[in-house]
Amino acid sequence: MKAQAGGYVRATDVSHALRMLAEADGAGRVLAGGQSLIAAMNMRLSTGDMLVDISRLAELSGVTDDGDCLRIGALTRHVDIGRDPLIRRFAPLLSEAVDHIAHAAIRNRGTIGGALAHADPAAEFPAAILCLDATLHIQGPDGTRSVAAGDFFVDVFTTDLQEGEILIAITLRKCAQGEHQVLEEVARRSGDYALAGLCLIRRSSGHRVALLSVGATPVLATGAMAALDTGTVDEAVAALKTEIDPPSDTQASASYRKHLAGVLLRRAVARIEGGQP
Amino acid sequence: MSDSFRAKVDIALTVNGEPVEARVPAGRHLIDFLRLDLGLTGAHASCEHGVCGACTVRVDGDAVRGCLTLAAQLDGSEVWTVEGLSDTAEIRVLQDAFVARNALQCGFCTPGMLVAAQELLHRRPIPDRAAIREHLSGNYCRCTGYEAIVDAVEDTLRKCADEDMA
Ligand SMILES: Cc1cc2nc3c(=O)[nH]c(=O)nc-3n(C[C@H](O)[C@H](O)[C@H](O)COP(=O)(O)OP(=O)(O)OC[C@H]3O[C@@H](n4cnc5c(N)ncnc54)[C@H](O)[C@@H]3O)c2cc1C
Ligand code: FES
Ligand code: FES
Repeated sequence: MKAQAGGYVRATDVSHALRMLAEADGAGRVLAGGQSLIAAMNMRLSTGDMLVDISRLAELSGVTDDGDCLRIGALTRHVDIGRDPLIRRFAPLLSEAVDHIAHAAIRNRGTIGGALAHADPAAEFPAAILCLDATLHIQGPDGTRSVAAGDFFVDVFTTDLQEGEILIAITLRKCAQGEHQVLEEVARRSGDYALAGLCLIRRSSGHRVALLSVGATPVLATGAMAALDTGTVDEAVAALKTEIDPPSDTQASASYRKHLAGVLLRRAVARIEGGQP
Repeated sequence: MSDSFRAKVDIALTVNGEPVEARVPAGRHLIDFLRLDLGLTGAHASCEHGVCGACTVRVDGDAVRGCLTLAAQLDGSEVWTVEGLSDTAEIRVLQDAFVARNALQCGFCTPGMLVAAQELLHRRPIPDRAAIREHLSGNYCRCTGYEAIVDAVEDTLRKCADEDMA
């Protein structure tokens, strides 16, 4: 099918984009990489949008070293996240996530901000930034605000972003020496959305575990985290299974997803420890 | 242009090295702009939601989905399709290898395959078969079973690497 848009404007800077969103009076839509939005428009899931194209705003793109933190512009493309040396060194979970996201031609245009704002529960970046306990920086008509990743994802395709607001950047604490960050997932075909996926971080202060494709939002598995801190992998797998409530759909049943989550946790731990799961 | 929403957008870009000016509806895909407005029917429109790769063309140096890019976004851009890449002979080696290896049957997927595969040619060290498969995983082919396509791309990569050494 063909996309039907109400109108289009190419933003010249963030304040111009915010002004145009306000002018669109509820019909405004931020267009970043377009890899989810244009697909939805083609399927006529979304029509009449007043598109505010932010994709040329260079100020929103790129990774910077802020001392203890990394700052990632919302428009940084998947392909650039994948090859960025700062990300590779200080947030390897994100570089690994890119390998699992869609296909090369889609990674060439899709942006991290678009993936987070889109909030597909099966997407890798939302779970990864939850695992990393990152902060999202948002600009709106009333100024700027920051939201913790744990508060950002509200429901399927729904975030804390309000009408007229733009996600500007993400900041996260740099990975420490000796810290491990891994992502494991099962998908039917390379590049397809995962049936289930799991991010694991092991740092001196403890573990972080976040899952994708097992609920309406990415899930922080606090029970499994506590069990990994103090107990065995078996205990962590048992805890994990009580704290997720995955959906059944045409791709996989709920019980299969639960099973996969346990398998992925074992794989992730084994990878960190260099053994067999 | 910058101050209000437009239902039709004026763009000036280059397509296959030629300057093009056009007024396009805001929702016009790049692939329809190329095929229907410019008559460049090499790349195909098929699934129109990013899954099959038949519409893959090059925009500002990168292979992208023609169905997930709006023509309105491309003011000032440089677009290359299989027609232009054939005329400049940039993908000649790849095309020859596709013929030699019988890496196409109906040919529907071929323009997208060529543009996607071309991105691999400058990668060093040269990717192995698994990496070639991974890279082409976003391009469906309903005829070949992929084996011959991977053979053709692998042959080309080897040939280019040998030429680099020479
Ligand atoms: C075939 C296919 C397979 C895919 N597979 C995967 C996969 O395996 N894993 C995965 O994670 N993703 C996958 N994706 C999605 C892809 O990663 C998208 O790039 C991403 O979800 C959206 O990013 P975008 O920049 O293209 O955003 P757009 O499509 O431009 O926007 C998406 C939504 O976010 C809003 N938005 C965008 N940027 C901002 C911003 N800065 N502030 C506020 N709102 C904003 C838009 O208004 C829109 O509602 C796939 C896509 C396709 C087409
Ligand atoms: S037509 Fe664009 S990917 Fe299928
Ligand atoms: S040759 Fe027919 S689809 Fe690939």
